[in-house]
Amino acid sequence: MASKHTLVAVVENRPGVLNRMASLFRRRGFNIESIAVGHSEIPGQSRVTLVVDGNTTIVEQVRKQLDKVIDVIKVTDLTDSEMVDRELALIKVKASSTTRNEIMQIVNIFRANIIDVGFDSVTVEVTGDEDKIDSLCNLLRGFGIKELARTGRIALARGGAGPAAGEKGTSKSAGQSH
Amino acid sequence: MKLSGADIVCESLIREGVDVIFGILGGTILPLYDKLPGYPQLRHILVRHEQCAAHSADGYARATGKVGVCFATSGPGATNLVTGIANAYLDSAPMVAITGQVARPLIGKDAFQEVDITGITLPITKHNYLVLEASSIARTIKEAFYLARTGRPGPVLIDIPRDVFMEEAEFHYPAKLSLTGYKPVLEGHPTQIKKAVKLINEAQRPLIIAGRGIIISGASAELRHLAETSQVPVVTTLLGIGSFPESHILSFGMIGMHGTAYANMAVDNADLIIAIGMRFDDRATAKVSGFAPAGRIIHIDIDPAEIGKNVRVDVPIVGDARVILKEINKLLVPVQHLQWVRQLDEWRKEHPSTAVRYSEGLLPQFVVRKIYEVTKGDATIVTGVGQNQMWAAQHFWYDHPTSFISSGGLGTMGFGLPAAIGVKVGCPEKTVWCVDGDGSFQMTLHELATVAQENVGVKIAILNNGFLGMVRQWQELFYEKRYVATRLSGPDFVKIAEAYGIPGVRVKYKEEVAPAIERAMAEPGPFLIDFVVEPEENVYPMVPPGASLAEVMEAPVTEAKPLSDSAKLPVSNI
Ligand SMILES: Cc1ncc(C[n+]2csc(CCOP(=O)(O)OP(=O)(O)O)c2C)c(N)n1
Ligand SMILES: [Mg+2]
Repeated sequence: MASKHTLVAVVENRPGVLNRMASLFRRRGFNIESIAVGHSEIPGQSRVTLVVDGNTTIVEQVRKQLDKVIDVIKVTDLTDSEMVDRELALIKVKASSTTRNEIMQIVNIFRANIIDVGFDSVTVEVTGDEDKIDSLCNLLRGFGIKELARTGRIALARGGAGPAAGEKGTSKSAGQSH
Repeated sequence: MKLSGADIVCESLIREGVDVIFGILGGTILPLYDKLPGYPQLRHILVRHEQCAAHSADGYARATGKVGVCFATSGPGATNLVTGIANAYLDSAPMVAITGQVARPLIGKDAFQEVDITGITLPITKHNYLVLEASSIARTIKEAFYLARTGRPGPVLIDIPRDVFMEEAEFHYPAKLSLTGYKPVLEGHPTQIKKAVKLINEAQRPLIIAGRGIIISGASAELRHLAETSQVPVVTTLLGIGSFPESHILSFGMIGMHGTAYANMAVDNADLIIAIGMRFDDRATAKVSGFAPAGRIIHIDIDPAEIGKNVRVDVPIVGDARVILKEINKLLVPVQHLQWVRQLDEWRKEHPSTAVRYSEGLLPQFVVRKIYEVTKGDATIVTGVGQNQMWAAQHFWYDHPTSFISSGGLGTMGFGLPAAIGVKVGCPEKTVWCVDGDGSFQMTLHELATVAQENVGVKIAILNNGFLGMVRQWQELFYEKRYVATRLSGPDFVKIAEAYGIPGVRVKYKEEVAPAIERAMAEPGPFLIDFVVEPEENVYPMVPPGASLAEVMEAPVTEAKPLSDSAKLPVSNI
């Protein structure tokens, strides 16, 4: 059965590494919902969070194929472990003097912030999981969304565990422990 | 000690044990070539097209087990390598390709002969590099060779700008590597090994499918031990040919689209498949959903991503075939499967897939069989692609791990001659026959010039049917004989050879076959034979595209007998 998986890849921060990953997704027809990249806690290494929609076999293939990329140090599927995940969105909403108050109320309920106010719009910043951001977007859509930017999911395992760099391979060590 | 980038390349190659380089130079790689005379240990073989530099390096690598090396200049030189690199990638051949690149200040400016070769080869290399300082050349070369030959081998490309060859840097060859993202697993998981052994010990109708992984890891002795101890019949993939002696009583030939009927029947009936160093390619499995319907599957492979990619697997074991087989062999209980082996023998007698039928005309199968007889099997056969390739696979007994060399995954016409050159250069003491098709041969026949210039003693047998035969066969069987664009008017190959200074003969009649092969063998250098064979001969057995292995089409009955020659039976049965 298809479901959304959160994969975390720790990669060498080298030119071409994203290209290699993207090329692999395209070539093998993997359906990647979102991808978020940034520095990790280790200098020279980046952390890539991917959301993949597919059944377990497909996600396993994505993980193993990614692991084969030489500059990819480690890939972990966080889906079945306890994790915290967040996404950030910036939403520019149409706002007139009559609707501005109502928008601000909604923004407050979602613990979001207004970070810019324009002549006929406000820009809202919100963090949370996808559901929360989706709900806020749905509510704001009624006022008219002029622009929307979402970062895609980033995630960490809860507690002490994590895909810190080190040995290559993952908890599902090289696909053997079936 | 300060050296130029070009000198660092040469010094590093020598430290990696390189002795031969295949290539063609040009402006951007000229500074490297300029230094070659200072390194007589590095023999450079000038080819006539960069595709062939890669194929020769590939053939050299498969025959010797060492990393093959090729050079090309930037732009068209580099793009010409692409087919050869892809070929090596799909067949897991270890190779390092070094390309010149335009000077650093010109990169990204669409300079003369600039192409983004690292971008182009990204999906067909195991890894690639653009080296931006002379000081990182040594480390890069060290890594490239390590990556190319370890784990699942493959091609690695290093792109070096012209001015980096000329820049000076301190040279010292690193003793250690730091590749945090690359740690191939060699040892199999003990629990998985135990599970596999249990299945092997309990199976009633076990079958080993041996792939090229056995050859790469040098596991033939271990494979034989497993087969003999547990009395497991062995079939191979196309690239697994030679991993297990074909004259062995437990050998049942090749599986797949043109595999033997009995090998495919064995897969269809086995209750346990032990797949080693193979990747369930669609030409080997035919319709996957119909593959081994009665069998559980143990899959041993060094590449974790191959596990479960194409077929469901019951017991996966990731690691090196030889290391894992050694462990498995320790735990085996000797058993016999007399009934099962007898059943396979019976199928072999009822479906003689490798018999050469009687014919007045000259059959290509007959030619291959005669090469076997005259060389007594002591030869390395390098093939083109198409019918010639399948006949070469079917009608010769391969008893040694690297005796059959062929383009499997990519199916690259034109592979034969340049690969044979690489094999002969790597193993000058071996008898090397290039069994080629008239179409395939014409794709790279310019390499006759390389053969002549370097006096490479390859023997060339063209199975000249005047057709792109394999495609013609598909047109005959599946497109109602509409022979669109498959008729091929070749040149006079003997005259072509002569023009390059290579002796040759044309053979049209059966009686002339053996004497011509003997003459080729007597010749110290290269020799070409143009065998004018039956134009519309088909390759059988054949599993039609889209069908499953069980639906194998055998040669029409009138064609199958009477036999002019024995089927390819194990020696002990004849
Ligand atoms: C480079 C390349 N182009 C096209 C093909 C498709 N193809 C496969 S077999 C074949 C015919 C090969 O003809 P020939 O070399 O004469 O061999 P034959 O089948 O006649 O023995 C063709 C065109 C291919 N495999 N490789
Ligand atoms: Mg032909």
